[in-house]
Amino acid sequence: MFQLGIAETARQLAARAFSAVELTQHFLDRIRRHNARLNAIITLDEARSLAAARTADEHIARGKAGSLTGIPILHKDIFCANGWRTACGSRMLENFVAPYDAHVVSRLEAAGTVILGKTNMDEFAMGSSNETSWFGPVRNPWRTSAVPGGSSGGSAAAVAARLALAATGTDTGGSIRQPAALSGVCGLKPTYGVASRYGMIAFASSLDQAGPIATSAQDLALMLNAMAGFDARDSTSLERAAEDYARDLERPLRGLRIGLPKEFFSDAVQPEVAAAVEAAIGEYRRLGATSVEVSLPNMHLSIPVYYVLAPAEASSNLARYDGVRYGYRADAFDDLVDMYERTRAEGFGAEVKRRIMIGTYVLSHGYYDAYYLKAQKIRRLIATDFARAFEQCDVIMGPTSPTTAFELGSRTSDPVQMYLSDIYTIAVNLAGLPGLSIPAGFDAAGLPVGLQSIGNYFAEARLLNVAHQYQRATDWHRRVPADFAG
Amino acid sequence: MQWEIVIGLETHVQLSTRSKIFSGASIAFGAEPNTQACEIDVALPGVLPVLNARAVEKAVRFGLAVDATVNRRSVFARKNYFYPDLPKGYQISQYEIPIVERGSLEIVLGERSKTVRLTRAHLEEDAGKSLHEDFHGMSGIDLNRAGTPLLEIVSEPDLRSAAEAVAYGKTLHALVRWLDICDGNMQEGSFRMDANVSVRPAGTTDFGTRCEIKNLNSFRFLERAIEYEARRQIDVLEEGGTIRQETRLYDPQRDETRTMRSKEDAHDYRYFPDPDLLPLEIGADSLHSIAQSMPELPGAMRNRFVATFGLTPYDASLLTTSREFAHYYESACAGLSGTTPKLVANWMTGALAARLNESGCDITQSKVAPEQLRALIGRVADGTLSGAMAREVFEALWAGEGEVDAIIERRGLRQISDSSELDRLTDQVLAQNAAQVADYRAGKAKAFNALVGQVMKVSKGKANPQQVSEILRRKLALPGYFLPGA
Repeated sequence: MFQLGIAETARQLAARAFSAVELTQHFLDRIRRHNARLNAIITLDEARSLAAARTADEHIARGKAGSLTGIPILHKDIFCANGWRTACGSRMLENFVAPYDAHVVSRLEAAGTVILGKTNMDEFAMGSSNETSWFGPVRNPWRTSAVPGGSSGGSAAAVAARLALAATGTDTGGSIRQPAALSGVCGLKPTYGVASRYGMIAFASSLDQAGPIATSAQDLALMLNAMAGFDARDSTSLERAAEDYARDLERPLRGLRIGLPKEFFSDAVQPEVAAAVEAAIGEYRRLGATSVEVSLPNMHLSIPVYYVLAPAEASSNLARYDGVRYGYRADAFDDLVDMYERTRAEGFGAEVKRRIMIGTYVLSHGYYDAYYLKAQKIRRLIATDFARAFEQCDVIMGPTSPTTAFELGSRTSDPVQMYLSDIYTIAVNLAGLPGLSIPAGFDAAGLPVGLQSIGNYFAEARLLNVAHQYQRATDWHRRVPADFAG
Repeated sequence: MQWEIVIGLETHVQLSTRSKIFSGASIAFGAEPNTQACEIDVALPGVLPVLNARAVEKAVRFGLAVDATVNRRSVFARKNYFYPDLPKGYQISQYEIPIVERGSLEIVLGERSKTVRLTRAHLEEDAGKSLHEDFHGMSGIDLNRAGTPLLEIVSEPDLRSAAEAVAYGKTLHALVRWLDICDGNMQEGSFRMDANVSVRPAGTTDFGTRCEIKNLNSFRFLERAIEYEARRQIDVLEEGGTIRQETRLYDPQRDETRTMRSKEDAHDYRYFPDPDLLPLEIGADSLHSIAQSMPELPGAMRNRFVATFGLTPYDASLLTTSREFAHYYESACAGLSGTTPKLVANWMTGALAARLNESGCDITQSKVAPEQLRALIGRVADGTLSGAMAREVFEALWAGEGEVDAIIERRGLRQISDSSELDRLTDQVLAQNAAQVADYRAGKAKAFNALVGQVMKVSKGKANPQQVSEILRRKLALPGYFLPGA
């Protein structure tokens, strides 16, 4: 039952092969059996999930099923869901129960999904390994001593272990695509503005974007159909006509021009990753695509630019966690300033504090021009690089991350090494483009490799088409980690 | 040494929208604490601001009224600092590119007028309120005011005395009410001023070190605070001291200003463009339609009153302190010409203003309607009423005794303008006051007034004094005039 994928599951629900309650119970059982080894899910409310499943069954019975009615999914704990604890991986919000729904959550609910629970994540989405979570690290289902990637590591690991059919994620510098790659699942970051950020706890507002994680491109399309859409409550949400992201899935790839940026194929890439990506490009050629070398000359600046802009925005976005109105407050303090200092010193973890300090520094009087303003200028150059590249090709392909999953604890003492894990994903956020990662093989240790495809603005349907055609020809995405296959 | 005082004012004008500048919560004054603070005002995790278009429209109206540049593109920035009544940990304001720049405001001081340059006006949100009483060692926070739309209007340091500052404040206050962008309620904090004050030796051009006096919410406090502060600075300088740049508070109880914080304690606000709000773009169409909806402005109306009604600029400025007052004047003057409009002005700024003031009414609550005032003045102009009689009729009108002619009839207030009757009366007075006649003839001008007074007395105040003067003058001028019966 857990390997059917969304489209097939929906068909069988409609055909009454099983009920939504049975389906939900099945996944709740899997979570109970497997989650302890992964720590992917940090909040469950079985009664509530089953109640939602019963409602879904009623809708199915009355012929009122939506596209995702009865489909059990997980939400990254960065999304506010009314009545659910929404902790964002932080001690700061450990006891925060959201009193309202994020737009993405209400859209998915309107489509009929059943929420199974909330997934673990790097604290405030700051991390690439899911080790910064206050709720402990998430482990990779393919090898539990390895990280699942981050920050949407809980969502990626849970989907990889088939603890839900799909999950939501957010991607600020690669936080959907990199864990999807490291955990062997599919993840899509849409064009900035396609999914509303309302109710999604902000890390870096100009980069944050919600997207789905699932086991196939087709399922990503079905999820995105529900998640995307204009929301007047988000001023950066784009007012566009609704589109069916699955409409082009079956389009043949003949004539597809794949751009291969030379900067994506350097010595920094683990050879097995490079080999898997090249093999995937070979498969695309067999499917009728051609490839052309392109260049993104300012790509090497994307990490330094990102680590100025994202912390700058974060330092301001996280100022509201001050112990005054909700969330964590230090037990004992002398006065107001002491209350602020203790609350924030105790409520935030080390990586969050590091980024708040970096961000505060780069916005300080006398440094703003040298850091923030300069970084904004380079950000524009990076976007221009992509615009030039897309004059020559339809999609850009390369590795999602330079390596496969690394061992827990192996990079925690070296933040720069950790940051390099997102070297191929960050530029996409800086430019606001859509990007997608799908499984494309394994390394010698049996850890999955992710293939990243980057599209032009609003090319989500094309990216999904490109991924789906590959998945028709290959079966990497169907592999389930051995320990979780039963 | 002679000193010159230099003053610039920053005025926070609360815009009279229905809802807050970035949320849908009401801004009505006086609600129970925290009942008008929605999830956005409380800064729950995940919420986002959406700009209130009405606030923008009101800011544009102001810009057009002061002949300023309305920037077609302006930018919201975050001003970062921690305070318990600032829920997000930052205030959304405009920093580098405000909505309005480079305007001017003409103020009238007695018979002199002066143009004050406006540096800028920008949109921002208000903070909440900290309540330090009634909570036994703790502070209460009321977020009802958080997010209230403000227009901060900054003048150039063009003012040279407390009186000029007050005139500026009053003119601005009248203008924002005129434009219907602010209710002007100073007790409720809808219009509050900060004064930047410095002094310099008269005749020099360099500015002295300034001190900023915060939160002056009455014109009297503005005047007192500036006078005290200028005196203080002059005393310091004359004793050989130097002025420290600082922020000061005015204490009305003690009538003094004192240090609130020095420049060294000044925050580094780490301004940066708010990534949650796109730059504010104002289209040519909406600019045009706002321009079309502008009322005639007080300055223009003032000039028109001077030109068409022959008023002094000072009288015209008194009549244009509010739109309602000016409209009253125009209705009262309808169809009048010659010197009568001048009489209407005198009545309005004299008797009517005094009555309104006494009863705490504004002009819209006047118990004397413009048509009634016009009728009353008509009866003065046609000689029916003397000044004293007119005053009596006015009081009767105010007391609600009916229409002008009915009151005149009822009270028997008709003036004697019949010349044969006046002939008789003057002859009688001349006959009985031979001494005064002799004095007049001997060149004592005063004696003439005494004779007029006698005629008025004999007529019980009903004689038309102008006609009496004419008749007396004529009779006394006859060379061979001798007294009847003498």
